[in-house]
Amino acid sequence: MNMPAGISTPDYRAMPLEALDVSDPRMFQYDYWHELFARLREECPVHYQPDSPAGPFWSVTRYEDIVAIERDTETFSSEPSIAIIDPEPDMILRMFIAMDPPEHDDQRRAVHHVVAPRNLQEFETLIRERTIGVLDSLPENEPFDWVKLVSRDLTTKMLATLFDFPWEERNKLTEWSDMFTSDVRITAGEGSTREVIIEHITACLQRFTELWHERKGDGKEAFDLIRMLQADPNTENMVDDPLTYMGNIMLLIVGGNDTTRNSMSGGVVFLNQFPDEMAKVRQNPDLIPSMVSEIIRYQTPLPHMRRTTTRDVELNGQKIAKGEKVVLWFVSGNYDDAVIERPNDFWIDRPSVRNHLSFGAGIHRCMGNRLAEMQLRILWEEALQRFETIEVVGEPKRTCNLFIRGFTELPVKVTRFQS
Amino acid sequence: MTVITFIQHDGSERMVDGDVGLSLMETALKHDVPGIDADCGGGAICGTCHCFVEAAGDIPAPDSQEIAMLGLRPDRADNSRLACQIMVSEGMPNITVRLPEFQM
Repeated sequence: MNMPAGISTPDYRAMPLEALDVSDPRMFQYDYWHELFARLREECPVHYQPDSPAGPFWSVTRYEDIVAIERDTETFSSEPSIAIIDPEPDMILRMFIAMDPPEHDDQRRAVHHVVAPRNLQEFETLIRERTIGVLDSLPENEPFDWVKLVSRDLTTKMLATLFDFPWEERNKLTEWSDMFTSDVRITAGEGSTREVIIEHITACLQRFTELWHERKGDGKEAFDLIRMLQADPNTENMVDDPLTYMGNIMLLIVGGNDTTRNSMSGGVVFLNQFPDEMAKVRQNPDLIPSMVSEIIRYQTPLPHMRRTTTRDVELNGQKIAKGEKVVLWFVSGNYDDAVIERPNDFWIDRPSVRNHLSFGAGIHRCMGNRLAEMQLRILWEEALQRFETIEVVGEPKRTCNLFIRGFTELPVKVTRFQS
Repeated sequence: MTVITFIQHDGSERMVDGDVGLSLMETALKHDVPGIDADCGGGAICGTCHCFVEAAGDIPAPDSQEIAMLGLRPDRADNSRLACQIMVSEGMPNITVRLPEFQM
């Protein structure tokens, strides 16, 4: 991994435990996080960091501890935020991912239908057509950026379809999504300030409010997320409560964006790093669904979620006081060899391949998991049929963000099968 | 011997003998009965072994974790259960397990 001058991999094994910086987004940008979490899992599975750009916080790094916390939503609340940074007091967006029961359950149920497998079947043909369109337009025998031409493009089109968002404006969805997760405090200063983020939130809310009113009562039998909110008695007036409406819109935009996008890129990287696995899936395409689960584990596109304690509690020998931030490192749990056999291997037909933490666990488990898996499955079904080779031809560039494990650039060259 | 009857959404039925100590979810997987995904492997933390259960007698009631997960299901019914949380035990009554249209 090429790093710019002044940045080097910390010697995580030599540092005192209290000096370990678990808030450093460069660990994902330069992919040097493995040793940090390996040491924490071994020596200090529940770790306290007194000082960081996001304030003090606890890190939970073992699979089983993460699951135990996810089960105990009374002690480990998702309010006021699932991000390591506290929300601004004058702009607390209301979204069910950052709510506890029973309010969480009502709001989640209201939008859950849209990603129910019954509805996904209706989307499958459309997603496949769009995937084919994207893959067939890729250049051959010359390097191109897979992130831009495949991952970003496909996830943006998918989101626009889910919202029935004006097609020519669809890139706004991805721009907003990137903006919402780019706070300077989790991006080593490279992201956006609060003012800029709020500007974009306001623009997004305004556009979605217009769309709400255009659609309300237009009598069309259409199927999109906005109309689903309007159709459910629990959410039919959500537009009157802008912080709740915006919260849910943001959740659906971000949830359906970075995650799938970065897993689409990750798969290409992993299959290049592990050519035997590529040979396996080429020989037996029935392994694609299993491979998709393994890609999602191996990528862990959202490396953590945060909880906040509602009482004093002891975990793995550490005393956590009421009101403290507890960060669940899914990316660490997914590489915990106490639960995941040979975790550093990308192993597309591993036993219990669906047992991973990339979707979280418990009542906040990813609502769009079936949709994400379907998009990735279709991508690989179509890509493997078309391309004889899918070759990474340059160093991938990764996202500098504590909340997002992803790729900003991935130079790839493909060759098509001769028909 | 506890007999477990799995009924798919399309109405097709399959009767199997329950093994003491296995959950209904594990029983289904052991006999290749479709309709149960069991993403989390039995921890009541994914909700993908949702089913509708009728027993010919008393079976243990759901705990708070199971109730929390069932609360997320848009298709929840009074007899909704997670198949991973019902263990076959000695003298357990016969059980009918109806699978939902889909897991999510």
